[in-house]
Amino acid sequence: MPHFAKPEAGSWTENYPELGTSPVNYEDSIDPAYYEAEKEAIFKKTWLNVGRVEQVPKVGSYFTKELAVADTSLVIVRGKDKEIRAFHNVCRHRGNKLVWNDYPGEEVKGTCRQFTCKYHAWRYNLDGDLTFVQQEKEFFDLDKADYGLKLVRCEVWEGFVFVNLDQNAQPLKEYLGEFAKGLEGYPFHEMTEVFTYKAEIGSNWKLFIDAFAEFYHAPVLHMKQAVKDEADKLFNVGYEALHYEIHPPHSMISSWGGMSPPKDLTIVKPIERVLRSGLFGPWEAPDIEGLDPLPPGLNPGGHRAWGNDSFEFFPNMTLLIWKPGWYLTYHYWPTAVDKHLFEANLYFVPAKTARERLKQELAAVTFKEYALQDGNTLEATQTMLKSRVVTEFPLCDQELLLRHLHKTVADYVKEHTDAAQ
Amino acid sequence: MLPSEFAALEPFSEWVLESERDRYSKRLASSMEEMQAFYDAAFPLLEQASDHLDKFPLSELPKQERNLLLLLFSLVNVSFPVEVWKQARVPDSGAAYMDLVVEPKV
Repeated sequence: MPHFAKPEAGSWTENYPELGTSPVNYEDSIDPAYYEAEKEAIFKKTWLNVGRVEQVPKVGSYFTKELAVADTSLVIVRGKDKEIRAFHNVCRHRGNKLVWNDYPGEEVKGTCRQFTCKYHAWRYNLDGDLTFVQQEKEFFDLDKADYGLKLVRCEVWEGFVFVNLDQNAQPLKEYLGEFAKGLEGYPFHEMTEVFTYKAEIGSNWKLFIDAFAEFYHAPVLHMKQAVKDEADKLFNVGYEALHYEIHPPHSMISSWGGMSPPKDLTIVKPIERVLRSGLFGPWEAPDIEGLDPLPPGLNPGGHRAWGNDSFEFFPNMTLLIWKPGWYLTYHYWPTAVDKHLFEANLYFVPAKTARERLKQELAAVTFKEYALQDGNTLEATQTMLKSRVVTEFPLCDQELLLRHLHKTVADYVKEHTDAAQ
Repeated sequence: MLPSEFAALEPFSEWVLESERDRYSKRLASSMEEMQAFYDAAFPLLEQASDHLDKFPLSELPKQERNLLLLLFSLVNVSFPVEVWKQARVPDSGAAYMDLVVEPKV
């Protein structure tokens, strides 16, 4: 007997008949040729979130972004006109990487007035124009106007900076669609205190999205995170979401939030009882505008028990907004068919007191304890998928977003392959 | 090193550490007995210490108060081994690691 109502179609999955209900093949996560196709069809074609406006606060602020999955590196910079631009991080002279420190593969950030190539000192202004060529007269009919940095499409939604390597891509807001529209007005700009986690994960990028796009695993994999009675109860009840929604290529899951604060204080750890915080964040919302009422896109099921909404912005950004007034993002940056870099950012309203800061510390540390368990499972999954001993895997109704993700990837790859033929 | 009201925690001042990376490393390098002793001393003072620290704006904590806050960050970190894991490492985390590369300054 479900605890929460399902759609008239009978299940969340059947509410989207194009997804089917049959077992899913995971060849898309182990085949190197498929990975190459994804690079072309998805990561060089779709909008990718590379950061937030707070990372480039003033004229000349910049950061680099390594995009192994698109075979490039970008530099994102705020120009003299305050606009944020993105360029391929390559000098037009001999192709050296333009912005980097000691190690070419490491991302860097800073503030500057111009970019100077460390190879032959060619210079570019913040708009990407070539402004200086060392021994210019030695060159042959060189017009500096022809050799500015290669611009990349760059647009901002609610303070999130996105890039797109396809010059012909549809505008960002059009791409993000209904979900993004429904979130506009959320006070992201107030939540500028950041904890950033990074990890190298030995699995295909989609497998980590799979892990965070369903909570069916939570009472099992994370059982030991709860005190015993609560863990037993959670295991017996299992997990059901309040609501699922798909607006291709994106999707979302809406979940309950019984731990923030819990009805029964004995079910949480002693440190949580004292600090009034935990995995679901500080139990009390910060005193800022914009949280009441919430934008219409949050809690789409209109449930009283609502605790968080997790949006999967295709291809590789998760935006998870918690009821008590904070949010987090996950990014999954592929580096090979069986490897990716995982980044998680936790965003809070800046703490004014030590107690507020301690609540955030507990939320951030708790996040890591859970994420380590998630990350560790994935390598095991990857190796066994690769064995191809089993090729078809059944997905349940709480795994709707996984079904959608793998189908969306397949659709993009197929469309791209068909167009090439 | 710590405010005088919290002199009882002076023997644990090695837990005053600047970054989460340092705190987590020390947790992994510590025995359960060491963490239990630190927890048993610090946890009962958590409420009182929070009240004390809240008399100051977070951005203007005096040195001793700042040390106390860093010590409490370590308490948060060891609360997991002590309260639930009974071991320093997160169970079922194997070779997985996760680095906190940006954290808010205090």
